[in-house]
Order: sequence, then C-alpha cells, then structure tokens
Amino acid sequence: MNALLLQDLDVFYGPTQITRAVTLSVAAGESFALVGESGSGKSTVLKAIAGLAPKWNGAISVFGTPQPHGISRALSRHCQMVFQDPYGSLHPRKTVDATLAEPLAIHGLNDHNRRIEAVLADVGLDPRFRFRYPHQLSGGQRQRVSIARALILEPKLLLLDEPTSALDVSVQADVLNLLKRLRQEHGLTYLLVTHNLSIVSFLCDRLAVMRVGQIVETADVAALKAGRLRHPYSQELVDLSQRTIV
Amino acid sequence: MTKPLLEVENLRVTFPTSRGDVDVVAGISFSLGRERLGIVGESGSGKSMTGRSILRLIRPPGRVRADLFRFDGQNLLDLSERQMRAIRGARISMVMQDPKFALNPVMTVGEQIAEALRAHGNLPRREVSARVLDMLAAVRITDPKRVASLYPHEVSGGMGQRVMIAMMLIPEPDILIADEPTSALDVSVQAQVLDIIDEQVRQRGMGLMLISHDLALVSHYCDRVIVMNAGRIVETLDSGQLGAASHPYTRALIEAVPRLDETRDWLPTLPRAGGEVA
Amino acid sequence: MTTLSHWLTDDSPASRLQARLGRWYRMGLALWRNRLAMLGVAIVLALVILAVAAPYIASHDPLVQDLTRRLLPPSGDNWMGTDELGRDIWSRVVFGARITLVIVAMVAVLTAPIGLLLGAISGYLGGWIDRLIMGVTDIFLSMPKLILALALVAALGPGIENAGIAIAITSWPAYTRIARAETLTFKNAEFIAAMRLQGASTARIIFAHVLPLCLSSMIVRVTLDMAGIILTAAGLGFIGLGAQPPLPEWGAMIARGRSFILDQWWVATMPGFAIVIVSLGFCLLGDGLRDVLDPKSGDRH
Repeated sequence: MNALLLQDLDVFYGPTQITRAVTLSVAAGESFALVGESGSGKSTVLKAIAGLAPKWNGAISVFGTPQPHGISRALSRHCQMVFQDPYGSLHPRKTVDATLAEPLAIHGLNDHNRRIEAVLADVGLDPRFRFRYPHQLSGGQRQRVSIARALILEPKLLLLDEPTSALDVSVQADVLNLLKRLRQEHGLTYLLVTHNLSIVSFLCDRLAVMRVGQIVETADVAALKAGRLRHPYSQELVDLSQRTIV
Repeated sequence: MTKPLLEVENLRVTFPTSRGDVDVVAGISFSLGRERLGIVGESGSGKSMTGRSILRLIRPPGRVRADLFRFDGQNLLDLSERQMRAIRGARISMVMQDPKFALNPVMTVGEQIAEALRAHGNLPRREVSARVLDMLAAVRITDPKRVASLYPHEVSGGMGQRVMIAMMLIPEPDILIADEPTSALDVSVQAQVLDIIDEQVRQRGMGLMLISHDLALVSHYCDRVIVMNAGRIVETLDSGQLGAASHPYTRALIEAVPRLDETRDWLPTLPRAGGEVA
Repeated sequence: MTTLSHWLTDDSPASRLQARLGRWYRMGLALWRNRLAMLGVAIVLALVILAVAAPYIASHDPLVQDLTRRLLPPSGDNWMGTDELGRDIWSRVVFGARITLVIVAMVAVLTAPIGLLLGAISGYLGGWIDRLIMGVTDIFLSMPKLILALALVAALGPGIENAGIAIAITSWPAYTRIARAETLTFKNAEFIAAMRLQGASTARIIFAHVLPLCLSSMIVRVTLDMAGIILTAAGLGFIGLGAQPPLPEWGAMIARGRSFILDQWWVATMPGFAIVIVSLGFCLLGDGLRDVLDPKSGDRH
C-alpha cells in the first residue's frame, strides 16, 4: 500500500498558485525526498499534506484515506511533522514534559509517564531533560524534542521540513543518524524536504526534484549517487553541491 | 606571504554571566595578509566574535583584550571611537549574513552604495554615480541602472547580498570580513555570490576573512583555514591539505558531513558532554 | 537554605512542580536584584497590609466626628491631623486603602481577563470576528477614559461599585489590543502549527497555548495601568461621583480639603501623598515586572 499519494496537486496561497500538478507516490516504509531551492514549492507540498495550506486542487491520500482540505484530527495519529527551526517549533513557556504530554491529552491516551519516558529514550534524550524549558536546551536537543513530539502519537508517516538545516554539522550528523535509526526501528515512512542532496543520499531511497512548483524529475537515490540524474536542472543542483565538497 | 595587514596575538573576548566571566574567544593569535583566510567552527566556537572584535563591534558588557592587535601600524584597541569609524568601512569592511537586515529599507540601493562612498571622501556627484554603476556591474548585476533605483525589498536575497558586497567594496577597503555571507541564500546563488567575492578580492588584492561553519566551502575559497572550537584555534591548515588534517576535531568535522555518494550506514559523531546519545 | 536554592535552580528538575517553582524562583531573584522594583513591591505590600489590617493600624475610628477637634495640625495624637469634621486623617487614609484596593482588584479581576480573552480570540481567529472585536475596541478607545467613566457613573448613579464598573468598562479595550498584538506575533509560529497538527482544537490552542504567552505582558500592563486607575478613581471621587461620604476615599478627601488648602494644608495633602506613593509603587513594580517577564528581554541567560 502507498503511504502517501499525491495526484495533480495544485496548492494556492491566496490567489497565487505555488505548485502545479505535483504527482508522486511514496510506498510504506520508504524514505522519499523532495529537493529544490527556496521558492520551488517543496515545503508547500508538505504543508498541504499536513493541512496547514488548505487551498488546493487535486488529491492527497495518506495510507489510502483521501485527505480533507485543512487539519484533520484523524490524520494526526498517522502523520506528523518535524519543523525546520528548533527555536520556533517549541512553546517557549512549556517544559519538554508538558510539550510531550499535550498530544497524549488531546487524544485521551493514558499512561503518560511511561510513554514520555519511552519516547525520550527513543530520541536519545536523558530523562533529566524532561522538565527543562526550551531555553535550557541546545539546538540539537530541541530538535530531538520536536522529533519526540512527532513520534509520541506513534504515527507511521513523518513529514520532515529541513530538519537539520539550522544545526551545526556535528549536531546534524547526530540528528541524521537518529532519524535513520528511528525509521529502521519503527518502520516509519519519511517525506523529507531539503535543499541538501548529501542528506538525501544518506537518508533517502528516492527523490523528486522540484523547480518553480513542478516536479522535474523523480529518481532513485542510486542514480543520484552515481551522478545519473537526467534532467539538466537536477544535474545543475548536483554540480553545485559537488563544488563545495572536498 | 606578503607583510601582514593585521596581526593579532592572544585575543580574548570575555562576557560576564551569572556564573562568572566566560571567554568566548580564549586567547587566539593569527595574522592576515593580502590573502584569503577562512575561519571555520561550529556555533559557539567564537568565530563570529573574532570577526566582530576586529571592527570593535563587541558591545559592552563584552570585553576585548589582546597582547597585540595591529592593523597598518596602529593598535586597534587604542583607537578612539571616532578614529575607529574612519577605519570601519573605509579600510576594513564586513559583509553580514542576511542582507535583509543590513540594508536600509527606505533608501534605494544606489543611494546606499553612494552613501558608503561619500562617507569616506568627497567626490563630484557625476563621478559618484558612475562609480556606483561600475561597482554594481562588477558584482555582476546586468542592468545596474535599473537595480540602483530599486528599494531593498524589491531585490532578491542573492541580489541583495551582491548589493551589500558592492556597498562594502566601493570605498576600496584593505580587508573584507565576510561572516557567513551566503548561509541565508540558495545553493545556486551561494556559489555565485562567493565567486563574486573571490573575484573582487583577487582583483583588488585585498585581504579576505571568510567566516563560516562549512569547512568544505571555506577550503574551496580560501588559501588558509583556521579551525576554531570553544574559543581556541584547533589547527591552521593550507586549504589544499584539508584531507591531511591531523587534529581529531578537524577530522571529525570533515567526517560528520554526509557526502553526495554516501555509502556509510552511520555518520561518525563528535563525543559531546551532556545527556545525548545517538 | 542553600539546599533549597540549589533545588530550585537545578538545571535538571525532577518534576513539573520543581520546574515551575524554579522558574518562579529565578524570576523572583531577578526582581529581587532590581532595587526600584523592590521599592514598588514594598509599597504595594504596604497598601495590602494597610487595607487588610486597617482596624488595627488606624488610631481612631475613621467615621466618628468630633467637632471640638476639627482641623488640628499633625501631632502625636493625630499623626496626620484632623479634617473639618474632626476625623483623624491618618485613620481615614488607612481605611481609604481598602477602597483603593477594592477598585484596583475589581478592575484587575473584571477587565484584564476579558480583554485578554477577547484579544487572543480576535488575534488568533482573524477574519470577521477580528474586525468586529477590533471595531468595538476602537469605538471605546476613541473616547477619553475619564469622560466615558463620568458619563457611565452619571448614568449608573454615583458610588464606589459604579465607579469600579465604569473604570472597568473604559479600560478593557487597551488590554484587548495588547493581547491581540501579542497573539499576532506568534500566531503563525511553528509551535502553534505543531499543536494544530496534533489535533488540538481551536479552544485548546487559545486557552492552553496562546493565553499563557500573552499573560506576562498583560500582567506588566495591568500593573503599570494601576496608577492610572487609581488616579481615575480618585478623580471620580474628587468630583463627587465615586465613593460617597462618609466613606474615606482619597480623592473625595482631597476634594473636601481643597477649601482649607492654604491654612490647613494637611487635610488635602495627606491623602494626596497616599495617591502619589501608591501610584508610584505600582509603576515601579510594573517596570520591574516588565524586565523580568517580558519574553523579549527576560527569560534568557
């Protein structure tokens, strides 16, 4: 079964059309990357799936269920999102514990203690971080909390919006390893939005290259690694990232 | 190497906190000639503070001390604020991370560049505008006339950064400090902007200090690279020898970056204090 | 003592309670280091103590007249002298603290929460609800506070409760504006988006996530506004529309002392001092709280 299916997705912000006829399917358990520069509409696709960009035409279905326009409570158990900015994605006045307890309370789940302890262990955060406020955490630790918040409802699909672009390289390595391990352990499906092709190479199975709202090419990561992307724009992106590699 | 423009010995930048003074730069020494010098480090390594201390942009309660801080025969730490203003921009200038916050929103791009030129000397009006257009052309803006009449919000990020560079270079400084000049830009634009900086620095024979967290990028554009960690210099390398870096921290930084043809299952990580385990 | 402060400042608290107390402790500590704010705290605390323990602190009954002892200057027996009906001014000032505190409390309890809630709803929901609430707010804001309060008291009839209500009605729009502005700054923040994705209802987001963030700037603003509220109440009292005689309201006391201001200066001056000192106290406290609570300046190492 497909974890995610997008058909001819046109997303609008007000009168402006951001994406055009985006069609892609992500198999359950797969890690799929949407690659492009800013303004390519890659983040907008994520927002439309999550329900944060309600104005779209076409079809979105998650695990076979067609999605409504807007936020769906039912979706929240199956699909969660990790945001780019570890400083803006945590409530500044809530402890880690309160942030993690909130989704449990919303969905009437019990056993808070056990679940919070388990998810903290899962994302590699020591239990002593549990009652800290965000300002008492480093960027990497905050991003782990964001990942924990996304995981605590035990969704099967994670939308990752540039999850490491605000982090230092060594912290990025930690978080990338964590994401890779979590996917293996929980059989998660990832839809990753990034501009960094090296991250795609490390974390993903397939990728789609987007440019001004359209997918120009969908390929296996093996093709990326072998430098065999077909579209000239994809190749341009590869060349650019190769320039900065030693 | 040519005679150094800037010599720094035992530079310390200290900030008081509730738990006592903290040295964010803890005694580093380096010199900068008419060359391209890179400073690489992670956040908190003190790399930005090093750049800012050269222009004396560290605000109180931060304190800057050094055994030697010589630029062109003068000790920068001894200069009055007035003398320092004559150096900032004219002799040493700085390109910041995000052009959006560095440009004045109510002045056109052309006026701002002209302002930067006028602030450091009197020139006839016609010559000023000619120099501004030349400068915009030099940073590869194809129709300088049109761009000069735009306001900052009307130009893209990459264009804005090129305008910033034009503004910083037009007084013909001896040293250009670029602090993460491209981290707010897209990859395709990043390379363009760095190429322009590179070209201008070579043509004018200036000294460049490129500050970044990206080791690969810095080594591509610089002659020498200083690697910093926790306020100290870990090692200084010729950029060609990055592969032969000996210090474990530098090696770890290189290894931690995923590659385009990544085959490793796990990325090596730096051992870290605190409760995080991967 | 040191173990307690260690427990409070522990970087890794072991429970929700410890985390919360620790945060309060840090804020308290920051307030403690601010001398002027502590002066404000002392003044406000003194006001509360005066009001609560008025019968024990006052030397005389504030209402009993003694025409043989009228207009006496301050002395060992009457610390602030006596008024034109021979009542002890010190005792009247002390009991007046109760009235001031009641008005202050009424306004804080009535207006701040309403303004806060309306502002958060208006800012978070936007659209026509926002336009409606803001329209009403603008109408109220366009009228001078004291004039509006005057008109209301004239309509409702003079008296301390009506004065409180009038002040309350005139002061909520400012809080709505502040709460709305605050809400707009983080309405599109990722942590709010994250909560929406978790399935949180709009009401839950407003009450559990938006309101706590507006709260601190609201507390600061209300505290700073207290001075103005006290002055408005005194103003109403002064023109006879606030507390009615023989209640010892400070504004009314000044009004009556006005006739003797040249020969018996203490009759009007003593309650005047009380008003100035208490207003100043709230201002200092509000300034100090702003430094501690304001998310833009405080809450950071």
